[in-house]
Amino acid sequence: MKKSGPSQPNLKGTLISVMAVGVVIVVMWVCIYLLYIVRM
Amino acid sequence: MKTGEIAAEDRKVALFNLGFAYSAFLIGTLCGLLQVFIRNDALKLPEWLDYYQILTAHGLLLAIVFTTFFIFAFFQAGMSRTLGAFGPKVRLWNWVGFAVTALGTILVVVMVVAGQASVLYTFYAPLQAHGLFYVGLALFVIGTWIQGFSLVGHYAVWRRNHKGELSPLFAFMAIATIILWVIACLGVVATVLFQFIPWAFGWTSGINVELSRSLFWYFGHPLVYFWLLPAYMAWYVIVPKIIGGKVFSDSLARLSFVLFILFSIPVGFHHQLTEPGISSFWKFLQTVLTFMVIIPSLITAFSMFATFEIRGRELGGRGLFGWIRKLPWRDVRFTSIFIAMAFFIPGGAGGIINASFQMNEVIHNTLWVVGHFHITVGTPVAMTFFGLTFWLIPNLTGRRFTKSLQKLAFLQIATWSIGMLLMSTAQHLLGLLGAPRRTAYTGYAHDDALAWFDGLLTNHVTMAVGGSILFLSAVLLVFIVIQLWWLAPKADEQTYEAFPIAESDSSMTPRFLENWKIWIGIAFLLIALAYTIPLAEIIQHAPPGSGRFQTW
Amino acid sequence: MHLHKYEKIWLGFGVIALIIFLSVVGVSAFAQGHAPSSGHMTIDPEKVRETAPFDQPGLHKKEDGTYEVAMIALTFGYEPSKLQVPAGKEITFTLTSEDVVHSFSIIGTNVNMMAVPGQINHRTHTFKEPGSYLVICNEYCGSGHHFMSTEIEVVEQ
Ligand code: HEM
Ligand SMILES: [Cu+2]
Ligand SMILES: [Cu+2]
Repeated sequence: MKKSGPSQPNLKGTLISVMAVGVVIVVMWVCIYLLYIVRM
Repeated sequence: MKTGEIAAEDRKVALFNLGFAYSAFLIGTLCGLLQVFIRNDALKLPEWLDYYQILTAHGLLLAIVFTTFFIFAFFQAGMSRTLGAFGPKVRLWNWVGFAVTALGTILVVVMVVAGQASVLYTFYAPLQAHGLFYVGLALFVIGTWIQGFSLVGHYAVWRRNHKGELSPLFAFMAIATIILWVIACLGVVATVLFQFIPWAFGWTSGINVELSRSLFWYFGHPLVYFWLLPAYMAWYVIVPKIIGGKVFSDSLARLSFVLFILFSIPVGFHHQLTEPGISSFWKFLQTVLTFMVIIPSLITAFSMFATFEIRGRELGGRGLFGWIRKLPWRDVRFTSIFIAMAFFIPGGAGGIINASFQMNEVIHNTLWVVGHFHITVGTPVAMTFFGLTFWLIPNLTGRRFTKSLQKLAFLQIATWSIGMLLMSTAQHLLGLLGAPRRTAYTGYAHDDALAWFDGLLTNHVTMAVGGSILFLSAVLLVFIVIQLWWLAPKADEQTYEAFPIAESDSSMTPRFLENWKIWIGIAFLLIALAYTIPLAEIIQHAPPGSGRFQTW
Repeated sequence: MHLHKYEKIWLGFGVIALIIFLSVVGVSAFAQGHAPSSGHMTIDPEKVRETAPFDQPGLHKKEDGTYEVAMIALTFGYEPSKLQVPAGKEITFTLTSEDVVHSFSIIGTNVNMMAVPGQINHRTHTFKEPGSYLVICNEYCGSGHHFMSTEIEVVEQ
C-alpha cells in the first residue's frame, strides 16, 4: 500500500461508494435495455 | 442581534422571492394531491374545474414558479453575502426584475384559472391558449433576465475591484447558472415572441409546430439544469461548511459548472427522439452530447462522497465506512440535503436511460417520466431547497430555528421522502407497463390496462397514499416557513442562524476557468453545431402552418 | 488541476460505461435498423384526408410483401378506428395528425411514436404474437385525451 500524503487523502470509502452508484446506473440501464429487446 | 451578514435591504428582496416561491409551492402541491385522487377515481371535480387545468397549474407553479423564485432568493442572499452588499442600482434592478417576474406569473396563473390556458407547462402548439398567457410567459422570462443581469452587474463591480482574483465559489457558480439560463431562454423567447404571440392574437394564421417544439426543448433541457445547479451549489459550497469541512476541490467544482454551460444546451432533441421532422443523425448527435453532460455529475458524485469521507475521518471515523457514522445526522440542514442527494442516484440513472436513443421508446410519455422528475427536481432539487430554507429564512428574518422546529423539520423531510418513494416507485413501474402520463382517470377497457391496477406497488392506490403523505409534508413545510418568518423567537449573537459558506482553496485553480468569454464562445459553437442544420431543415421544409385549437 | 487517483478510476469507469451504452444503442439503431420512429416528409395538416396514403387510412399490402398502415390521429381517436393486421409480418406504421399533437403507442411493444401535425412519422414493427393490442395516445391533446385509444387485432395468417 502506498502511503497517502496530505494531497492524497484516504478515500477508499468514497471509491466504493461511487462504484456502488456506478453499479446502480449499469444495472438499471441493462434492465431497461433488456426490456427493450424483449418487446422488439 | 447580529445583523452584519447580509445587508438589510438585500434581505428584503430575497425574502419577497421566497414568499412568492412558497405561496406557489402550497398551491402547487395541493394540485398534486388532487391529481393523485382524480387519477384514482376517488374524486370528481366540479364542472368549472378540470383535471388538465389543475395539472397545468401544478407543473407551472412547482417546476417553474417555485424553483425560479427560490433560486433567485438564494442567489440574491448568497451574492450579497459573498461579494458584499448591493449598490443602489443593483438593488433597484433586482426589485424591478422581481416585479416583472411576479407580474408575468400572475398573468399566467390568471389565464390558467380562467380556463383559457389548459395547455400544460409545455404549451405545445397547436393547442392555443389565450394570448395573454404567452405574454405572461415572456414577462416571466424577462423578469428573470433583469434579476440575473443585475446580479451579473454586482459581480462585475466585484471583479473590477479585485483584479486578477478568482471570485468566491458561490458567486462563480451563481454566475455560471445565470449564463446558462440566459442562453437557454433564447429558445423559448424566440418561439413565444415570434411564433406563439402573433399566432394566438390572430396576426398570423399558422404555426410551424415542429419548429416551436424544437425551440421549446432547446430551452427545456437546460431548464432542468437551471433547477439542478443551485442544488449543486448547496452541495458544493453550503453542505461542507455545515458538516465542518471544506470544499473538496475548488478547481473541479468550477470545472463541472463550466461543463454544464457547454453541454446542457445542445441536447434538447433527446426530448424529441420519437418524433418526425428531425433526422436520426441529428437526434443521435445530440444523444452523444447529452452523455457528455453526465460527466460533470459524475465529478460531483465523487466530490460529495470525498467531502463526507474526509470530514468523517477528521472526526475519528475509522475503517472503510466508519466516517459515515461521524457525520452530523442530527443536523436537519445536513440530513435533508443528504437524502436529496441519495434520491438523485436513481434519478440520474433514470435520466441516462431516458436519453438512450431508441430506449426512449420504452418510457417516453409514460408515467415513468413523471416518476423520474419527481426523483430529480421533485426531491433532490426541492428537498435541497427545503434544507436551505431551514437556515436561510431565519438568517434573513433574524429569528431562531428552534429545537422544536428542528424536530418538525425532521418529520417534514421524512414524510416527503416516504411519500416520494411510494409515489415515484409506483409511477416508474406503471410507466414500464405502458401507463401514460398526463391523464385523468380512465379505464381503458383492455386487459393490459386493467393489469396496471393489480400489482403490489404498481397501482394507483400506492400513488394516492404517497401523494397524500406528500401533501401533508408540504403543509408542514409551509407551517415551518411561517414560524421561521414571523413567529419563532428572535435570535441573539449566539443563536443567530449563519449563512454557511465553506472555505474553498482556489490557490491551485487555473484562472482560465473564470474566463467566461471562452466558455460562452464554445457553448455557442456547440449549439450551432447541434442545431443549425436541423433547424434550417425544419424551417425550409415547413408544412403549411397549423391553425388554432382549443380542445379542452 | 489535480485529480485524486481514485477519482481517475471512477471517471474512467464512468466514461467507459457511457461509451459502451452509446455504442450499444448506436449499433442497434444504425446497423440493425432499430432507430426510434422518425420521418422527413411533411403534409398539409388541413388536407390530410386528401393526401396519400391518408386518403385511404388502414392496412395496405405493398409490392415487396410488407405491409403499411396509414394512420390518422385526431381528437380523440384514430382513423381507422378498427384495425386488423397479420402476425409475423413486417408492418410500417405511417402516422400523422389532423389537428393537435398526439401519440400512437402500442402497449407491450416499443411502438411509441409522436403524431405531429404537418409531419409524417414512420415506425416498423413485427407482431410476434397474435392477440389484441391496446393503442393509446400518451401526449396530452385536450379534455378527452384519456379516452383516446383503440385496439389492433393481430391475427395468424
Ligand atoms: C405534494 C407533492 C406532489 C404530488 C402529490 C405530485 C403529484 C403529481 C402527479 C400525480 C403528477 C402526474 C400527473 C399526470 O401525469 O397526469 C405530477 C406531475 C408533475 N409534477 Fe408533481 N407532485 C408533487 C410535487 C411536485 C414537485 C415538488 C415538483 C417540482 C418541483 C413537481 C413537478 C411536476 C411536474 C413538472 C409534473 C408534470 C406536469 C405535466 O405533465 O405537465 N411535482 N405530479
Ligand atoms: Cu432533458
Ligand atoms: Cu391524443
